[in-house]
Amino acid sequence: MAPVMFRDVRKSFGQVEVLHGVTVDIEEGQFVVLVGPSGCGKSTLLRMLAGLEHITSGDILIGDRVVNKLPPKDRDIAMVFQNYALYPHITVAENMGFSLKLKGAPRSEIEAKVRPAAEILGLTQLLGRYPRQLSGGQRQRVAMGRAIVRDPQVFLFDEPLSNLDAKLRVSMRSEIKNLHQRLKTTTVYVTHDQIEAMTMADKIVVMHDGIVEQVGAPLDLYDRPNNLFVAGFIGSPAMNMVTGKLDPDNRAYFVSGDGQRLKVDNPGDAQAGQELICGIRPEAIHLGGEVGLKVKVVEPTGSETHVIADLDDTEVTCVFRERISAGPGEEIKVTVDPTALHLFDANGGRRVSA
Amino acid sequence: MAGAAPTRLSSIYGWLLESKNGLGLLFMLPAAAFLLCFLTYPLGLGVWLGFTDTKIGRSGIFIGLENYEWLFDDPIFWLSVYNTLLYTTVASVLKFGLGLWLALILNQHLPFKNLFRAIILLPWVVPTVLSALAFWWIYDSQFSIISYVLMNLGLISEPINFLGDPTNARASVIAANVWRGIPFVAISLLAGLQTIPQSLNEAAALDGATPWQRFTKITLPLLSPIIAVVMTFSVLFTFTDFQLIYVLTRGGPVNATHLMATLSFQRAIPGGQLGEGAAIAVAMIPFLLAAILFSFFGLQRRKWQQGASD
Repeated sequence: MAPVMFRDVRKSFGQVEVLHGVTVDIEEGQFVVLVGPSGCGKSTLLRMLAGLEHITSGDILIGDRVVNKLPPKDRDIAMVFQNYALYPHITVAENMGFSLKLKGAPRSEIEAKVRPAAEILGLTQLLGRYPRQLSGGQRQRVAMGRAIVRDPQVFLFDEPLSNLDAKLRVSMRSEIKNLHQRLKTTTVYVTHDQIEAMTMADKIVVMHDGIVEQVGAPLDLYDRPNNLFVAGFIGSPAMNMVTGKLDPDNRAYFVSGDGQRLKVDNPGDAQAGQELICGIRPEAIHLGGEVGLKVKVVEPTGSETHVIADLDDTEVTCVFRERISAGPGEEIKVTVDPTALHLFDANGGRRVSA
Repeated sequence: MAGAAPTRLSSIYGWLLESKNGLGLLFMLPAAAFLLCFLTYPLGLGVWLGFTDTKIGRSGIFIGLENYEWLFDDPIFWLSVYNTLLYTTVASVLKFGLGLWLALILNQHLPFKNLFRAIILLPWVVPTVLSALAFWWIYDSQFSIISYVLMNLGLISEPINFLGDPTNARASVIAANVWRGIPFVAISLLAGLQTIPQSLNEAAALDGATPWQRFTKITLPLLSPIIAVVMTFSVLFTFTDFQLIYVLTRGGPVNATHLMATLSFQRAIPGGQLGEGAAIAVAMIPFLLAAILFSFFGLQRRKWQQGASD
């Protein structure tokens, strides 16, 4: 277990800079998720931490050591790859004990470390098999087992669930989280799936185009996104964005481009008359009230009802607890929770509401 | 079929056209005829000639194993067997080593990678006779460029007698064969190397493997199925080599570079002893069968290759 620190880390491929100075602190034992759309540099950052990519400038620390020039094997880390990277020509047990064998550990010691790891992951029956004979989820577990056996300072996961089907992904998600709670090893986890980030992380690092947009606990990010990008990226269904401005005469009202007036309880630094984008979470819209929505699509999920509707000319998604029977084209009346509005500057997208 | 009771011939014809197996048989006929004419017949004729005393211009009679008994007491035949084994072993080992080395280099991120890959293929593309002629010139006893360079550098005082001395001649023809055979090995192994996911090497690096351990514990085992195929072909090509030797030395000096293939040709065509030449050629078959058997076991799917694919 060790803390990890990125200090103004930059990475260029030739002339192109893909990471523009990343500074992130990861505390000992924390589960940190790097999340962002493809091409945001999250995997590159992880590979730099692993020592698989050269660091153009800045420092990466594991514990109190700067590891910039250290080869991967001396960094005391273990990584789970997206395609698992199991050695196909050796058995599950040999895969898991590979690092120990390389160190020249005696067979009894390898056995003594592989067996408990296999038990944790429910792999005991599979130790004699070859990777090809395993299902996707089993391979995933072997890859994790190989990392556990190393007993490293830091676990790295590079999109480990993206090759699994939806159902397995959900169960592996909780399995990984469970494992972390049990082992308490510092973990850096890369994914493009914000649900994985929200459900697993102690701390989320949202990345976009090579910069860190926001760092915080999952619910902090959800409740107080710093900017439009984080607001749109975190949360599913995504936050609705309505353009407009703050009422020039009354800072307590947001006026949409189409003239809808929405009450705002916390306009924060927003100036009267300032051009804004108002973010409304789908669940901040409740049935009954003054605002008229024209229903386009109704998606019942059982526990909730998702309604895609037009607020004047802006398409919004609402999530209702109630089951509703409105058909396409009908109008429903709703209220928008005035305490749950997020106001962003229309120029630059910075958060202005408190 | 029996209902209309047509003539017997048309009923067979009808069965051929309507039955799945019959139609399949029909479609296989051209391939079968091709194989019979161009593979089975020459092979069978060769084996048959080996049991006769046929000479050019005189059809022979069956003489049983007399040709083989004669060869068994012929020191030149045994010398050619020795030469062939030496030639094949040394050349194959060198081709494998150098080819693998080249493939590993070409698998790295190099500038102008594709250009290098194309250049590597050149020796393979040039007709053997042409490259053999080039080597003939390179190995010339008076005008050899190697001797010329070494003399100008002051390393030697007189030209090297490449093809006139038995040991030199053997080394020279092996070198020429290696030069010609490397591209096949290198490019095939390169193709194999590219099927090994990069992440396996990265995982091994994280697991603490040194570059040498990554090579011996990851790359080599994963490459082994392709090595088996490539080296089987390489050994077969080398064992049956004829053109290079025939152009460079014709088996000389004093039969030091005579391979079984060249000796067979020399006895059969210039020497006119078709039967004896055929017998030498037939004597190559056990060796080739051994190589094929070896590859058969080498090529069997490893245990780890079985089961569902990804």
